[in-house]
Amino acid sequence: MSTDRAPLWLKLAAAGGLAFMHLPILLIFVYAFTTEDKSYQWPPPGLTLKWFAVTWNRPDVWEALGLSLRVAAISTAIALVLGTLCAAAVSRARFFGREAVSLLVILPIALPGIITGISLRSAFNIMDIPFSFWTIVLGHATFCVVVVYNNAVARFRRTSGSLIEASMDLGANSFQTFQHVILPNIATALLAGGMLAFALSFDEVIVTTFTAGQQQTLPIWMLEELVRPRQRPVTNVVAMVVVLVTFLPILGAYYLTRGTETVAGQGK
Amino acid sequence: MTDTVPDTPRSGPLVRLSDLLWRNPRLTVFLLLAPPALWLGIVYLGALFALLAQSFFSIDEFSGLIVYELTLKTYGELFTPANLDIIIRTVVMAASVTVAAAIISFPIAYYAARYARGRWKAVFYIGVMLPLWSSYLVKVYSWKLILAKEGILNWLFETLHLSWLLNAYLSLPVVGGNSLSVSWTGTFLVFLYVWLPFMVLPVQASLERVPPTMLEASGDLGATPGQTFRHVLLPLALPGVIAGSIFTFSLTLGDYIIPQIVGSSRRFIGQAVYSYQGTAGNIPLAAAFAVVPIVIMGIYLWVAKKKGAFDAL
Repeated sequence: MSTDRAPLWLKLAAAGGLAFMHLPILLIFVYAFTTEDKSYQWPPPGLTLKWFAVTWNRPDVWEALGLSLRVAAISTAIALVLGTLCAAAVSRARFFGREAVSLLVILPIALPGIITGISLRSAFNIMDIPFSFWTIVLGHATFCVVVVYNNAVARFRRTSGSLIEASMDLGANSFQTFQHVILPNIATALLAGGMLAFALSFDEVIVTTFTAGQQQTLPIWMLEELVRPRQRPVTNVVAMVVVLVTFLPILGAYYLTRGTETVAGQGK
Repeated sequence: MTDTVPDTPRSGPLVRLSDLLWRNPRLTVFLLLAPPALWLGIVYLGALFALLAQSFFSIDEFSGLIVYELTLKTYGELFTPANLDIIIRTVVMAASVTVAAAIISFPIAYYAARYARGRWKAVFYIGVMLPLWSSYLVKVYSWKLILAKEGILNWLFETLHLSWLLNAYLSLPVVGGNSLSVSWTGTFLVFLYVWLPFMVLPVQASLERVPPTMLEASGDLGATPGQTFRHVLLPLALPGVIAGSIFTFSLTLGDYIIPQIVGSSRRFIGQAVYSYQGTAGNIPLAAAFAVVPIVIMGIYLWVAKKKGAFDAL
């Protein structure tokens, strides 16, 4: 094996894999401009910007978007608090049930979403809680905790304990140490985790179908359109916008956690 | 002292609390842990147990009402041929998706871990992260466009004069169907596409930890690239593959949207759960069906833990 040149087949296989992951999404960008509105005809018979104006004037799209943004913002806030607390506890000490805690955090995404959804729904039914904005948030916050937790726990692991001890030795109390030493250290990890949690919540559909009553989040709106297409071009435009909007937090999260890569073989 | 942290009062309730926390690490951990543990314990585990409890009830066949008596009757219904069929179909699909995802993701992950440097490293990382976090429904929707009768894939086959090949494939039993968008293959492709990034990342993470010198040593000792792959690289990458397979397997087991939008009328576990709790109103059977993926994933996670897959997450 030569040391640093990749064999051609490996390059091709890797490039092919990446292309497989990206071409379908790019296809949607083309469909957003098509003049055809009755079928999914390829190649598009013509290109137009008309559907952007049509979508802009659809109140149902705006309502769904607004609800999704509000749900995502509040769920992310809850997840940030819970995820950070949990990460701090797990990284600080070895205690009885430590493994159980990390399992508990990971369970809501390790188990299929439909189980989280249906359990929450039946619990709401048993306790006679009517479906509302808050039932959606309850579900979303539960599975968003893990994303924040994962980011925070990785950063805590790299934050040296002697920094905290030094701060205490210099006379700061626990709260000052948190504010001036711990928080600046974990801030970018929290921001990254928060952005990913936001993206996760903004996109969630499986749990939401069970915990939403009459309200439509944007993914629920899309699902309706997928099952019973009413105006295909509007769906195309919304799909393209959703892709563009979710790209931003992901790129943001990447730039915030960058610079932590390691040399091959040197990882933990 | 006061010079270094000027805004520090040396007494007061906050300071006493701070001192108390410092002297009692156990109390600190307890206080940190209480809110998330309560939330997950009550909201999540509570709901989960409420669901599991319902699976031990049964439904009265005449009135359609739930009978609140403990029974295993509902679990018995899982083993009727029709329901057993659904379970087997779902597990086979999950397994095929997992294997295919592992095969496709390996070259991507290996190239990214071993050869990509600097800017290319970033390209690969973002190249996997973007599809991973892109909207799930948008991804499913894109395949509805691709697999449609008038869509790009059929057009491609026609332009290349290969329609006969596609038709021959579609006439095969099981994997074929009237068209790609209502065939097993269509469902498989969408599942594979949607969950693939979940496999690439952990595999790449495990490959990053393989020292290149180890592969060189294997080559120096006379192993062919194939032997190096089988005896050195693959065992070291296995925890990553297992970690990735947890995602692909679990996500496929519980999904009810993809087979509903792209696929034949033959149902999967997720669809069964959804329809039993919804239109049919048979919550006990829905709950019993929901236990199936939990049990399968429980076994899976237990095995994965033994193989050390969680270190690669």
